[in-house]
Amino acid sequence: MTSAASKVTTMREAIADLVHDGDSLVIEGFTHLICFAAAHEIIRQRRRDLTLCRLTPDLIYDQMIAAGCASKLVFSWAGNPGVGSLHALRRAVEKGQPAPLALEEYSHFGLVARLSAGAARLPFWLLRDYDGSDLPAANPLIRSVDCPYTGTKLATVPALNPDVTIVHAQRADASGNTQIWGLYGVQKEAAFAAKRVIVVVEEIVGEGVIRGDPNRTVIPSIVVDAVVCEPWGAHPSYAQGYYDRDNRFYVEWEDISRDEASLERWLKDFVYGVDGRAGYMQLLGAQRQDRLRAKPLISSGVNYGF
Amino acid sequence: MAVRAARELRDGEVVFVGIGLPNLACNLARATHAPNLVLIYESGAVGAVPDRLPVSIGDPALVTGSLGVATMADVFQFYLQGGRIEVGFLGRAQIDRYGNINSTVIGSYEHPKVRLPGSGGACEIAIHAKRVIIVAPLSPRTFPENVDFITSPGQNGKYGSREQLHLPGAGPVRVVTDMGILAPARSDGELELVAIYPGVDEKEARSRAGWPLRCAPNLEVLPPPTSEELRLLRDVLDTDHLYIGKREA
Repeated sequence: MTSAASKVTTMREAIADLVHDGDSLVIEGFTHLICFAAAHEIIRQRRRDLTLCRLTPDLIYDQMIAAGCASKLVFSWAGNPGVGSLHALRRAVEKGQPAPLALEEYSHFGLVARLSAGAARLPFWLLRDYDGSDLPAANPLIRSVDCPYTGTKLATVPALNPDVTIVHAQRADASGNTQIWGLYGVQKEAAFAAKRVIVVVEEIVGEGVIRGDPNRTVIPSIVVDAVVCEPWGAHPSYAQGYYDRDNRFYVEWEDISRDEASLERWLKDFVYGVDGRAGYMQLLGAQRQDRLRAKPLISSGVNYGF
Repeated sequence: MAVRAARELRDGEVVFVGIGLPNLACNLARATHAPNLVLIYESGAVGAVPDRLPVSIGDPALVTGSLGVATMADVFQFYLQGGRIEVGFLGRAQIDRYGNINSTVIGSYEHPKVRLPGSGGACEIAIHAKRVIIVAPLSPRTFPENVDFITSPGQNGKYGSREQLHLPGAGPVRVVTDMGILAPARSDGELELVAIYPGVDEKEARSRAGWPLRCAPNLEVLPPPTSEELRLLRDVLDTDHLYIGKREA
C-alpha cells in the first residue's frame, strides 16, 4: 500500500492555478458544505467573466456577483433561504449593477440532472418534468425526446461539464480521497462532471483513516486536482460534526446586501481586508466560533471485517 | 393555517416538506395525530425528526437522528419521480384559478418587475407528488386570475389539463388559506371555496380572489384549533413565533 502523491496546496495557489477568467465554475453544497473560503479567494484574485453554476446561488454567489466576478448565472432557486432575496443578484438582473448578468434557469431536478449527465459523460439527461410549466419557454435548452421504447415524450436537459468544481468536505487524504457525511447535495455529481476539481476540507487525514471507513468516501482521488485544508472554510454555511449553520449571519446579510455601499464595505473588511480564511475567522471573533462549534454525537461504527 | 395544513395529513404518509409554514404543519401533525409521518426534505434528509425548527431546508438538525440521507439525484429521481411521495407542500407568490403557481417573476420573464427565487423543486413536486397542498393567505394579489409565469403546473391552463399532459400526480387538491380551504372543481379544475373557518364571512372570503370565486354547494365550516394544537405551536414548535402570528395560527 503505497501512498499516492500529495495534492495538498494553499487556497491561493489552487485558485491561481485552476480557476481562470471566463471559466464556468461550480461551487456546490446544498445549504451544507458551501465553500465560501474559495469564493473569497476568487474575489481577492479578481477573477472576471465567470459563469457561475449552482442550484441555490445563496450568499456565496451573491458576494461573487457583487464583487464583479460573474457574467452569467446558471441556477434553480435564487433566494436567501429562510430570509428573503439575494440583493446583489437582483441589482445585477434588474439594474445591470455592477455589471449585467445573464441568467439560465432550471428547476432543482433539472440542474441535478445536468450534473448527472456531465458526470456520466452523456450529452443529456432524461427526466419526467416541465409539462404544463413555462420553464421550457423561458429556457430553450430544456427540450424533449420521444422514448424509443414507449413513444412517451420525456424532458431533456444538456450535460453540464464545468471547467472547475470546488467541493467543500469534512475530510480527505493528501491525494484527495474525500469523505462527506450529512447532506450530500450534488457534490459527487459536480466533482465527476468537472474538468478540474479542487477539494477543500476541514481536516486532512491519513490514508489509513480513509481506508478504515471506505463507505464514507464520496469523491475518489482520481478526479481531484488539488486539496486545500481550510478549517471553517464553509462558514456561514456549515459542516456537519464541525460547526453549525450561522443562521444569524444569513439574516444579517439582508441588511448588509440591501445597500450597495454597505455590501462594498463588508467585502472590503471581510474579503479584501484579510489574506485568507484564518484572518476572516479572527475577524468574526472567538465568541461566534464558540456559539457555532458542533457538539459531539459520535456514530457507533460498523464491522468491516470478513 | 398551520393547524389546518397539519390536519390535511394522515398518519404514516410520506411527505415532501418545504421550509416555513409547511414544515411547522408537518411537525405539528407529527406531535398530534400523525406520529408516523415520514418527512423527506429535498436536501436529502429522509425520515427527519428535527428537534429545532429548521430555518433552512438543509439544516443539520434534519440529518441528526434521521432514517437516512440521500443524494439529491436520488431524492428527485427515485423518491419524487419514482412516485414515492404522497404529499407535497407548495407556497406562495401567485396562485391562479386553476392552482398554477408562479414563484419565478412578477411581470414579463425578460424584464421582470420583481425577480422571485424561481422553481427550486416546486415544478417537479407539482408534477409528481400524489397530491399537493398549497398554503397561502387569501388575497387578490396572491390569487390573480392568471399568473404571470407558470412555474409549477396546477389543474388546468394554457397547456391543457393534467390528464391531457399525462401528469402522474393529482396536483393541488387543497389550498389552505387564512380564510378557509379552496379545492379544484371536478368538472374543470377551477378552485372553489369548499370550507371556511368559524367566524369567517363567506362573501368576504369570496371577494379575496382575483376571479369570481365559486362556492361549493355544501360549504363546510371547519372546527377551530384545539387548545393543545395552539399550545404546541406557540410553546413548543415555534417558540420564536417565526411563522405564526395570531391570525395565521
